[in-house]
Amino acid sequence: MYPQNFYFTKDHEWVAVDGDTATIGISDFAQKQLGDVVFVEQPEIGKVLAVHQTIGSIESVKAVSEVFAPVSGEVTAINAELGTAPEAVNQDPHGKGWIIRLKMANQADLGALMKAADYEKYLEGLTH
Amino acid sequence: MSYIALSDDDKREMLARVGVRTPADLFHCIPEGVRLRRLLNLPPAMAEPELDRHMSGIAAKNTYGDYLSFLGAGVYDHFIPSIVDSLSSRTEFVTPYTPYQPEVAQGTLQAIFEYQTLICQLTGLDVSNASLYDGAHAAAEAVLMIHRLTGRNRILVARSLHPQYRETIRTYTRNVGLVIEEVGYGTCGGLKSAELREKMGDDVAGILVQSPNFFGVVEDLKACAETAHARKGLLAAVAAEALSLGLLEAPGKMGADIVCGEAQSFGLPPAFGGPFLGFMACAKAHLRQLPGRVAGQTKDVDGKRGFVLTLSTREQHIRREKATSNICSNQAWCALRATMFLETLGREGLREMALQNVHKAKYAATVLSKIPGVKLRFSGPFFNEFVLDLPKDAAAAAAALKAKGILGGLPLGGFEPDAAKALLVAVTEVRTKASIDRLAAALEEVLR
Amino acid sequence: MIREPLIFELSAKGKRAYAMPALDVPEAKGALDGLAVRDGIEGFPEASEVEIVRHFTRLSQQNYCVDEGFYPLGSCTMKYNPKINEKIAALPGFAGVHPYAPADTVQGCLEVLKRTEDYLCEITGFEAFTLQPSAGAQGELTGIMLIRAALAKRGNPRKVVLIPDSAHGTNPSSAHLSGYAVQEIKSNPDGGIDLEELARCMNEDVAALMVTNPNTLGVFESNIRRAAEIVHAKGGFLYMDGANMNALTGIARPGDMGADVLHVNLHKTFSTPHGGGGPGSGPVGVVKEMVPFLPTPYVVRTANGYGLDDDRPDSIGRVRGFYGNFLVVVKALTYILALGPEGVREIAEIAVLNANYIRKSLEGIYNLPYDAPSLHEVVFDDKIQKDAYGVTNLDIAKRLIDYGFHPPTMSFPLIVHGALMIEPTETESKRDLDGFIETMKTIAEEAKADAGLLKAAPHHSFVRRLDETAAARNPVLKWEKPKSE
Repeated sequence: MYPQNFYFTKDHEWVAVDGDTATIGISDFAQKQLGDVVFVEQPEIGKVLAVHQTIGSIESVKAVSEVFAPVSGEVTAINAELGTAPEAVNQDPHGKGWIIRLKMANQADLGALMKAADYEKYLEGLTH
Repeated sequence: MSYIALSDDDKREMLARVGVRTPADLFHCIPEGVRLRRLLNLPPAMAEPELDRHMSGIAAKNTYGDYLSFLGAGVYDHFIPSIVDSLSSRTEFVTPYTPYQPEVAQGTLQAIFEYQTLICQLTGLDVSNASLYDGAHAAAEAVLMIHRLTGRNRILVARSLHPQYRETIRTYTRNVGLVIEEVGYGTCGGLKSAELREKMGDDVAGILVQSPNFFGVVEDLKACAETAHARKGLLAAVAAEALSLGLLEAPGKMGADIVCGEAQSFGLPPAFGGPFLGFMACAKAHLRQLPGRVAGQTKDVDGKRGFVLTLSTREQHIRREKATSNICSNQAWCALRATMFLETLGREGLREMALQNVHKAKYAATVLSKIPGVKLRFSGPFFNEFVLDLPKDAAAAAAALKAKGILGGLPLGGFEPDAAKALLVAVTEVRTKASIDRLAAALEEVLR
Repeated sequence: MIREPLIFELSAKGKRAYAMPALDVPEAKGALDGLAVRDGIEGFPEASEVEIVRHFTRLSQQNYCVDEGFYPLGSCTMKYNPKINEKIAALPGFAGVHPYAPADTVQGCLEVLKRTEDYLCEITGFEAFTLQPSAGAQGELTGIMLIRAALAKRGNPRKVVLIPDSAHGTNPSSAHLSGYAVQEIKSNPDGGIDLEELARCMNEDVAALMVTNPNTLGVFESNIRRAAEIVHAKGGFLYMDGANMNALTGIARPGDMGADVLHVNLHKTFSTPHGGGGPGSGPVGVVKEMVPFLPTPYVVRTANGYGLDDDRPDSIGRVRGFYGNFLVVVKALTYILALGPEGVREIAEIAVLNANYIRKSLEGIYNLPYDAPSLHEVVFDDKIQKDAYGVTNLDIAKRLIDYGFHPPTMSFPLIVHGALMIEPTETESKRDLDGFIETMKTIAEEAKADAGLLKAAPHHSFVRRLDETAAARNPVLKWEKPKSE
């Protein structure tokens, strides 16, 4: 169920890489934990993020979850649609629910992340 | 008097079900070393008639009511329509908790929604919270809010902001690394605009200015907003006399980003300083940083309109140390009274009340400043309060007036360095011409 | 049922509910010169007196309140609010007094403040109290700032405040606002303070430990003395959150447990009504070392009665205007005097009896996640109903509404998933307690027989379940004039 070509973090962010562009969102598991998303706080374009720096936060009615940068780089785009339709994070977490795009500063950052199969194993460990 | 509803039989039966012999046995989990093994040293219980007599006796020791009073300085004596007392004392409004269960709290929630609407209309801004503790607290929260919104640490605060508000701001900001700088006032009583422009830098989060200010003088909010915005800072306008919003241009329309203050004037008695009503409104763009509870409109499963507390992810019970404020309980019942007051006065009544304040204050200022040696301290326009410069020590003059049964105003000697002869006089719509004339005659006499 | 419209929807041009007397001073020419005067306020309501009276009367009828029935909202202490308190607080001798009036004209008000302080000291075992804080959260903030001031006086304000994971959200928020980093400490398997964890976390960077006692599970922290010693040994302070003081009045005193600072909630323990969310009052008690730091002004006894002391150089300053929510204090004093020493002890005795009666009666039907002895409240969870029938604490709470009860506190403390926190208080009759117990049993049966009935509850309220997600996604926070007009 988790896209094979994505990378994942233990905090449940995903990264999809295209050249030096990284698209970042939260995993299906994370959106289910949060419940109905009502607001997504996003950074300004041009902001430079280090690994594990806060990108922003995602809010449901009764919870807030911070989103951390899985890789370092400069923010090149934010998903403006989430401003009016934050529910995309619930409906299509790995697609239309993407949060930001980064121009990656260091490809090596990806080395610390999990591939889909490992992430699924990691999730099994959490739920049992 | 006891308010326990269990009979002796009830207690026996309940103790038996719980499996203990006496109520004291229920506290075995408290270590012996911290148990209190004596009765508290409190006065013996009083039956209601005694209690009534006793408490009424304490109230009677307050002789304030025997005086004709022109005290204001952030707390104003305005008429309160009878229906405010009657409706707000309904037990359905007095005895519920915060409306966490919206299905059984629509009355409170709709009233908050109406309150928020009224505050938006009065301030000219987009969103209002459900209340803060009081004006001083609202001012402190406004400082923290403009810091969060801008990420800047310096804040300019008008010296003409109510002294208690300035003290509260100091307490609230001392431990979180904010730098508060004061901006002085000129001979008009308003903020020195040159000093303001000079101090306003790119590292300044914003400006806090009260209008009408502590001296009663109405400030030029438009100019303040322009100065703040020129450096990408924010303007928080404070109203300690909320009634002024009924007549003067809405601060939000003059460029204020946040409007906050004290709404005691809306249906709350002076009450020796509380409970009062802190209010706060802001532009929609700043909603996520607004402190305090907010009610919002939604629908139930049948599509029927209803109201809920919303956007609570800003608040302490969810965001904990990252919350916009630590406030939990607010002044909901005071906000309810304000709602009733404003709806009762309505569009015309509020304006008329505000206008009468201006006319009566103007009349008082005119007759008082005709007394030889007495003049208005400031040249700026005022709403219902003004400062007189007397030819002698104002505290002494106030004491002499008091001997004649009049509290003529607040001597400012303790507040401002060179103000020993200054007296702050408030004249609201409830003061009659006769009482103003009586003050004038008495003042003339004590100054003679 | 028809919903009451908003006042703005009832409004019609020219209607009035209020008339000003004619202006009795000459209307000065140019009175408005120099003032930016607004036009009429856009959208401001215009209604008649009878319409406003009916509007609020109908709105009031959509509220559930303590005077209507059982209100077991855990940690909120929804006890009966005696009527005499309201009568006394409304006396013009209290309500009509201006706070800037000279001290000799307000001796009664100052007496109220000083005597309430005295009685709170006796009830809690502290040296002095400030009555300035407006509510519990402001009390916490004041208390932590007092600790900071005392530590700064000793030479180092320190950096960290330790807070158990079971604490109210106001605790970390107040500590943060006082300039401290918050370090959460895990509770032990019984839900109490873990002494080993505390000892491990406690060092010379830690300013204070904030503890609620009894804790948010309604359980007495039996290690409180030991915890205080651990904190004191490293030069820190013990802050006690007195939100649950209703379990202890006349039975045990926080001052005797080693606490250095405490806030109490007059709107919980001392019977002042909650008013739909406030005003409250959160007085703060302190040990001797802290007295110089209390907020200004401080009420003192003088040769002629009472006075206000503003000259306190070590004070943290004021946390709000004037002297606090004074009329709330008047009500609390009236309450203490009505009860006397036996009555104050009876608060805790009967509050704890009532809670244990409910616990004993519902144990086994609802799951008890922690089985340590309960004091004034008992925390169940929805494990039994959820595992078997998918029914959550929310469903149970909403179904209670149909039976005429206010739901318990839900989803708190955070260490209990699906919590149902029940605090009956001391003022409930056995008939009402039994009614609640029977209803909870009925609901457990309904969960078995017809989970859908619970999922769709409430069925008999003015509105049914409200869409909180939509409210937060697209906030509508005020009425706006319809565009068509």
